[in-house]
Order: sequence, then C-alpha cells, then structure tokens
Amino acid sequence: MTAIADPHITSAGKRQPGTTGWLLLSPMLLWLGLFVVAPTAILFVYSFCQRDELGQVVFEFTWENYARIADPVYLNILLRSIWYAGLTTAICLVVGYPVAYYIGRAPAQRRSWLLLLVMIPFWISFLLRTYAWISLLKAEGPVSALLQWAHLIATPLEILYTPTAVMIGLVYTYLPFMILPIFTSAEKLDNSLIEASLDLGAGPWRTLSNIIIPLTKPGIFAGVLLVFVPSIGMFAVTDLMGGARVPMIGNVIQNQFGQARDWPFGAALGITFLVLFVIAFWFLHERGEERR
Amino acid sequence: MNSATIVPKNDKTEMSDPLSQLEWPFHSQSKPPLPAANKAPISMETMVELRGVTKRFGSMTAVDAVDLQIRKGEFLTLLGPSGCGKTTLLRMLAGFEIPTSGEILLEGKDVSGVPPYRRNVNQVFQSYAIFPHLSVADNIAFGLKMRHVPRAERERRVEEALDLVSLKGFGKRKPHELSGGQRQRVAFARALVCQPKVLLLDEPFSALDAKLRHAMQLEVKHLQRQLGITFVFVTHDQEEALIMSDRIAVINHGKIDQLGDATDIYHAPASAFTANFIGEANLLPSEVIHKNGVSAQVRLAEGLELNVRTSAIKEGSVQALLSVRPEKIYITKNKPMKENAFKAVIEEEVFRGAMDELRLRVAGKLELMAMVANESAHERAWHKGDIVYCAIHTDDVVVVEQK
Repeated sequence: MTAIADPHITSAGKRQPGTTGWLLLSPMLLWLGLFVVAPTAILFVYSFCQRDELGQVVFEFTWENYARIADPVYLNILLRSIWYAGLTTAICLVVGYPVAYYIGRAPAQRRSWLLLLVMIPFWISFLLRTYAWISLLKAEGPVSALLQWAHLIATPLEILYTPTAVMIGLVYTYLPFMILPIFTSAEKLDNSLIEASLDLGAGPWRTLSNIIIPLTKPGIFAGVLLVFVPSIGMFAVTDLMGGARVPMIGNVIQNQFGQARDWPFGAALGITFLVLFVIAFWFLHERGEERR
Repeated sequence: MNSATIVPKNDKTEMSDPLSQLEWPFHSQSKPPLPAANKAPISMETMVELRGVTKRFGSMTAVDAVDLQIRKGEFLTLLGPSGCGKTTLLRMLAGFEIPTSGEILLEGKDVSGVPPYRRNVNQVFQSYAIFPHLSVADNIAFGLKMRHVPRAERERRVEEALDLVSLKGFGKRKPHELSGGQRQRVAFARALVCQPKVLLLDEPFSALDAKLRHAMQLEVKHLQRQLGITFVFVTHDQEEALIMSDRIAVINHGKIDQLGDATDIYHAPASAFTANFIGEANLLPSEVIHKNGVSAQVRLAEGLELNVRTSAIKEGSVQALLSVRPEKIYITKNKPMKENAFKAVIEEEVFRGAMDELRLRVAGKLELMAMVANESAHERAWHKGDIVYCAIHTDDVVVVEQK
C-alpha cells in the first residue's frame, strides 16, 4: 500500500515496476507458489525416495525410481502416449483450423454466436460428456443402430474400448483448445493483407500457405501446446473410453498414486515428463523466435 | 510542347523494363520541373473501359451504371465524398468485387469476373498492407515469385525497385523497423515491380502528415510520368486530386458527376455538387430576365441583378443556378467602373494564412464569401464592418444548372 500512498513515486512518473507491481502480482505468485512450485518440489523429493511394503514413503535416497523408467514397458507406453497425443493434435489442427479461421473472419455478430457454440460443451461436466460418448458409441447405441440401418455396417459397431474410441474422446475433448487460440490469431489478421496477396498474383491456396498460415502461427503454436501437453497426460478418457486396455502415461502415473501405492515411482515418472515437456517447449519456442 | 523536358530517359532505351532506367526523384537534388497536369502527352488509346458498371449490396446501389474510359498512361482520379462509391469502383477494377451488371474491359478484354490474381493490375493499399512476417525484399519479390519469375531476375528487379523508391540497402529490414513513409514506398515498389498495366491507389497518403503528404503527391505524380503506367487514384481530398490528376472523375451517389481535367472541373463545374465539392463556391439561384448580345441579365433570389455570358444560358432557360468562386470576387474601397459591382458590408473576416476570407452581405440580404490575398503582416486591408464594393467579372459567373 505504501507505493500507492507515496506521492513521490506516483507523481514523479518514474517507471517503477516495484512495490505496486509486486502487489498486483501477489495473488498469482501465491497461487503459483502454493499449487505449482510446492507440489513439484514435493514430487521432486519423493522421486528420490523409497517405499515400504505398505506403500508408505520412506525418506531414503535412491536412483531406483528413475532406473525403472528405462524399462521397455514404460518406454513403450511413453512412445504410445506421444503418438496418441501427436495424432490428437494433428487431427485437432486439421479439423479446428478451418473452423477457427471461419469464425475469426465472420461478421461480428455471427462470430459471437459461433464462439458460443464452441464454448457450450464447457457448461456440462467433462465426465458427463465422456459418459455420453460411451452410450453413443456402444454396440447397442444410436450410432451403431444408425449405421446398421443405413447398411454401412453389417454387425453392431465395435468401436468402444478401442484406440479409435480413445482418439474420438481425445479429439472431442481438446478441439476447443485448438480452435480458440487460432481464432484469436485469425480475428486479428488484417483483411487487406489477404487482398494484397491476391492482388500480387497469389491464388487462394498460395495465399493460405504464404500469408494466412504464417500470420496465424502464434495461434497454431498456442493451440498445439494446449492440445498436446494435456492430451499426453490424459487418463480419464483412456480409462473410460479405452476401457483401460490401451494405457497411456497418464494412466500409469495415476495408477502409481492409486492402486499400486508407489508414490516415489509415480513422482519420478511425473518429474521425467515435466523435464521432457520443458525441453520440448524450449526447443519449439527457440525455433519460433529464430524464424521471426 | 514544353512537357517534352520531362519525358523520361527510357524513351531512348529499351522499353521492356522501364524501372531499371529510372531514378526515384526523392534523392535527385535537381528535380526536373513538374509538368502542368493538363499538358501531358497522353495516348488516346483506351486502357480500361467501364460499360454500364453497377454494383449493388443488398438494396443499396454503390455504383450506378458507370461508363468510363481510362486512357493509356493517364493519371485518373476518382474523387468524391466518403460513401460515394469510388472505393467500390476501384475494388471492381482490382477484382475484389464483381459488378452486379455491366462490363469492365482491360485492353479490350472483359475482366469483370476475373479474380484479382489473374489480372495484370496492382494496388497500393490505404493501410499499405505490407506483409509483417516478410522482409522488405521478400515483400517486393512476392508478386514476382507468384508469377514464377526466375530467382536471378527476381533479385535484380527487387534491387531496382528498392533503388527506384530510394530504399537501397533496406531489403533485409523487417516492416516493423520502417517508418510510415518508408512502408508506403515499399508498398509502391511491391506493386510497381510487377509492371502492372494499371496501378490502383486507394487513398495512399491519408496516413501521412501534411508536409510529407504534399512531397509524396509530387513524387508519385512524377514517378507516374516517368513510368508511363496508367494510375487510377481514389481520394476524397479535392486538393490532392487537383494537384495530381490528368483527369478527374467526380463521383456522387455512385455516378460520375463530371469528368474532365483539373482546370475544367474547377473553373467550369457542371453541377452544384461539383462546384461545392471542389474548392469553395458561392451558389446563387437566379431567374433569367433578359438575353441579348454577349451578356444576359439574371435576377438573384435576393433581388440583385447580375450580368452573365449569354452563351452560358441555353435557349428557353428561365432559371439558372450560378457558381462564383470566392477568389473571383474583387474587393475595392471605391466604386469600380465595372459591371456586376455591388456595395457590401464585411460581416466577418477570417485569417487563413495565405488568404483572408471575407463574409460579405450585399444590399442587406445576399451573403457572399470572398477570398483576398493576404498582403501585409502588419496591417490588414479589410476589417469587420467596413463598407466595400465587390465586383464579379461576367466570365467568372458559371451557370452550373438551368431549366
């Protein structure tokens, strides 16, 4: 409060990010400290601990948890998770980009309606929506019935509890996170840039690849991050729609903290992926900066 | 013809690439004098022809059955207030809008439905529309790349274009490192490097301050003369139009109100709208009372009688709307031995820099605006409340409408 009250600082007009700035930032810093930094630090400590037969954490140093990650079982699951998350991101990008672009270029009034449609699913609990998908996709569900009625398939649909169902669930869950940031970029795109490109002899496709995509890159980058990062760690969709038959790394970690009662190993897995993400993000970010 | 002095060097050299032979006048200390706008040698060949071009947006008619021929190598300005349809007209020439009806012919070929990327026409945008993610050189090379010009030739032409707009050495810069004026030159270079048949300009100077704007007006006018490219220029600024154009099309409510060179448009406005829009005008409704010999007499609504050239009044006209430019009203202290001289009171005097604006009241009724040169800094010749005489030469009374 001193900063606001002190006339010397405010009236001198000096650029002091100091006290007032810190005060304004403090709720966020507190939140980050309590719920991000502290838990991560605890995980970090746990990842070097052992556990007893009952699953209690024993504070004795060991590398054992990290050594176990190199086990091919976990490496396979990790690779599969990256593949699923990558595929989810790719599908979301291909499906979401045209939608986001269309909404971003639509007249203001239609734009807000379309945005609302994208947001509506968030009004319903995520678990409810996932269960809705299960009853839609199950062998005796409406999708199966419709396809049989149309003679597109002969036998009931056997899609639930397969990787396809997991992909459907993941794309459905994360599509809005791809659409929203790309929409923000597309909305800001100056129409005269598109016209200038057409004017200079670039047809619609070359305008897309030379002007529109490069200029919406910040949105694409944000969307890719917002979809890839959470989908690689997703466990609810894989559990419910994949029937736990196709575990992803999120399921493994969740399992360590749950049934397996092996918190130190779960912590080691968590820390490993955190580090991998940070490296991947840093790499993408650096590349993005270089191009600029 | 004295305009021969400015005929560009490329007359003697190869015509295939006029850009390479030229200097942008920006950096030449000894600028050749600008030609008088209406004396330039312009081919009578038609570059663009509009036939009954109409554009409707819903129930709104933006452009209404416009017929226009644009000559090869001329600087044509579409001038009008905002919302008059001039920008829509330009966008149809560029291919961004398709006419609801009518035809647009480019060198005799109908291009009405041809998309912008298949027309050899380029535009300089009001916002410049420089691609922010590309360097200056890549921006200029964009059109050449899209036309599959080989790399070596592309690089050479980009260098020439940079030189032409005196941005040599700026090729590697990013647009955000440039000033507004520099960005505008990039926009010109990017359009001109494509060697368009017609260059379209959408109010390109509106974002510049007055001083830079005037310099750019002259430079661009000069550049157009050097390159011999047909320019179609859109502006709402009548002064800009008078300075730059070979011909001006005054547009009002989607129609061409008057088409002519700057002096025609200014001195012989064909309608009340043009008279009022270009410069300032005293518009005076009158009745024709007498017609014989070289001068005719009309009576103004306020009862004053005025002499007008007989040739200006059509056979059978009973009413005429007159236009008198403020600077054509001569103010004297003593009664002049001239026709059309009236006693008046100065109701208001406004200092306007080079000119003094006087608001006069004649015979207690008629209001007139006059402009007089501002002669001395120490003493103003005219003051509010002075009784003066004002005189209007018969030739300076223009009949803009009659029936």
